[in-house]
Amino acid sequence: MPDAAIIATEAAAAPLALEISCLTKRFDRPAVDGLDLTVVAGEFFTLLGPNGAGKTTTLRMVTGLLRPDAGQISVFGIDALADPVGARRIMAWVSDEPMIYEKLTPLEYLSFVCGLWAVDGAPGRSRELLLRLGLGPQAEERCERLSKGMRQKVALAGALVHEPKLIILDEPLTGLDAGSSRAVKEVLRERVAAGCAVIMTTHILDVAERMADRIGVIANGKLIAGGTLDELRRHAGSGHASLEDTFLTLVAQDAGQDAGELVAA
Amino acid sequence: MEAGSIGWFAAHEARLAWRDLLSLMTAGRRRSIRTVVLGFLAFAVFMHALAWLMLRTAANVDGSDRKQVLVALTGGLLMAWSLMLSQAMESVTRAFYARGDLDLILSSPVAAEQLFAVRIAAMAVAIVIMALGLAAPFINVLAWFGGAGWLCAYIVAMALAMVAIAVAVAATVGLFRLLGPRRTRAIAQVVAAVVGAAFAITIQFAAILSYGTTSRTAVMQSRELVEGSPDVDSPIWWPARAVLGEPVALFGLLGFGMIVLVLAIRVFAPRFGWLALTAGGQTHEMPARRRRPSNFRAKSPAQALRRKEWVLLLRDPWLISQTLMQLFYLLPAALLLWRSLQSGGQALGLLVPILIVAAGQLGGGLAWLAVSGEDAPELIATAPVSANAVFRAKAEAVLGGIAAIFSPFVLLLAIAAPFAALVAMVGALIAAGSATAIQYWFRTQARRSLFRRRQTSSRVATFSEAVSSTLWAATGAVAATHSWLFVVPGLLVAIIVLGTWMISPARSARALA
Repeated sequence: MPDAAIIATEAAAAPLALEISCLTKRFDRPAVDGLDLTVVAGEFFTLLGPNGAGKTTTLRMVTGLLRPDAGQISVFGIDALADPVGARRIMAWVSDEPMIYEKLTPLEYLSFVCGLWAVDGAPGRSRELLLRLGLGPQAEERCERLSKGMRQKVALAGALVHEPKLIILDEPLTGLDAGSSRAVKEVLRERVAAGCAVIMTTHILDVAERMADRIGVIANGKLIAGGTLDELRRHAGSGHASLEDTFLTLVAQDAGQDAGELVAA
Repeated sequence: MEAGSIGWFAAHEARLAWRDLLSLMTAGRRRSIRTVVLGFLAFAVFMHALAWLMLRTAANVDGSDRKQVLVALTGGLLMAWSLMLSQAMESVTRAFYARGDLDLILSSPVAAEQLFAVRIAAMAVAIVIMALGLAAPFINVLAWFGGAGWLCAYIVAMALAMVAIAVAVAATVGLFRLLGPRRTRAIAQVVAAVVGAAFAITIQFAAILSYGTTSRTAVMQSRELVEGSPDVDSPIWWPARAVLGEPVALFGLLGFGMIVLVLAIRVFAPRFGWLALTAGGQTHEMPARRRRPSNFRAKSPAQALRRKEWVLLLRDPWLISQTLMQLFYLLPAALLLWRSLQSGGQALGLLVPILIVAAGQLGGGLAWLAVSGEDAPELIATAPVSANAVFRAKAEAVLGGIAAIFSPFVLLLAIAAPFAALVAMVGALIAAGSATAIQYWFRTQARRSLFRRRQTSSRVATFSEAVSSTLWAATGAVAATHSWLFVVPGLLVAIIVLGTWMISPARSARALA
């Protein structure tokens, strides 16, 4: 995890990539409950939380796939609720089970995405991206012949090809082999270094620990803690514990249990 | 019941089939069974009334020429059997290529051939149910007027379904061996579509060429055909004689159907698992074909969406076969057009409503694929394109496809009857546009593979789409005669389409927003 002091300095100078305030969504019960969150440009932000905590619902509202009951969402200064098309132009979203067109090849899929975003879909750039993700040999095979992990990478390539400023990924590393996972992480870190903001949910806490500049912990639709790993440890009072221990402690504190009870539950 | 036995698998399959049927009837919504039953009763009453109107004079065949009756009945049975065979080939192909629970079954220690025996038999049952669902009212009305002997048609339908499924299994396995798993999928589905339409269309072709009409009965009742047919004692008439209640023919046909089906099960059930595994594993095991470098470039979101729709449709043989099924029925219209052009154009007026109704139906199917059958809805929803722009692009893709398919017909028609061609073109675009709009207003999210079940997602949309195509066709037919009366059906269909919009979920959602 990068040094906290450097992040704090950079964060103060960087523009806000995402600003969420009082975001609320209710289904049978509150799924997201007055959530406030900010992510700055050039930041890798990881959102953690137990199953059903409201992570995916939050991200789907940011991307415009769900309409919030209340609250504001701003993407690089654009009001995503008032100008959804403007916000989408600089955003990309990949869900945990991305659906792609089985009858298109990865290259065709990327050309289609470039068409949708009205950007120059130079095949050279698409091919280079596929090569980086280990899909060079499959670039002109129809997606119906690709494995689940390969399809996941095609969807990821689709999220990157139009060069968005904010990339939102829901469990992007699920189903990827070690090599592919490393390639995806490298590409994402490059985008962050270039000033892009990445928001990612994951249950693989090792990845969050190594990749994230800041981590947000969400439970019962609320952000219960946020900051660098050190800040989270201080918040949880967990000393030099691993992210896993810190995360479990924070969630247990929120539920009024201790971490052992939570694991047993 | 012993686990893994035929009975156990039959119970398992019956439970799944029952739940599938319920979900099909209720469109996945928790609707009361009573509504479904009432709907069924209303449909049954309607079909019986229709059958009564059509058959009240046809049931009594005592005084008729025996050979003529046998020819007419055999024609009807052949048409029904070709549809059964088409459906059977479609079911068998789907069973081969759908993974479903095959991984579980084939990796378990049970004898999988028991399951496949049950599945082949279940396909026969499904085809019987489908056939009787449509034929039962006609059989009942015939029995009411002509005596209980006509009820033997139920047994004949069962026997024909058994033969159809046996032939379908053998033909599909044959194609599989001959062409390999990759090609079989596409070709078997196209063959199924052709088989389903072939007999009816051949008869229509014969009617057009011989009598200048599209009526199939003209051929089946023609003196030449009756006189040229084999004697009444020929075994070729056994199915027809079985329908008339002759015991030897009836039990002979039933026995033949059972033997053929049992043989098919005995021969093919043990191989079914291997074939299904080969079909399912083809995507990973077989070397990929070399393709030309792709040229999928789009300069705008609308162009990207249009190209995507066309490419996806053209690359899916199953969808092509499903849409081809509708286009086959245009072939007689094309022949009639050709003949009319040669003979002075007397029948050209008939073509206007045929073209309009076909465009409406095809437009509805294509629109469902483009709107509801979107495979990557989240990608489209998160793209910087407004919902209206997405719909516009998809509607353009549908109408562009309709224009490409129907233009040759309209152009040919324009040579002999420019005004009729203009009416046909405008009518076809309006009918396809209405069907597209209805599909958009009642859009749902579904896999493209559920294309054939699209009618169950909204009964209102299905009904409205069918009525609007028919009424636009009527409007076109009247307009082609230069009569201002076309305003009457035109206004009626406009009101129906408007009414459909008023009760559509799309309008409710807009009102809430």
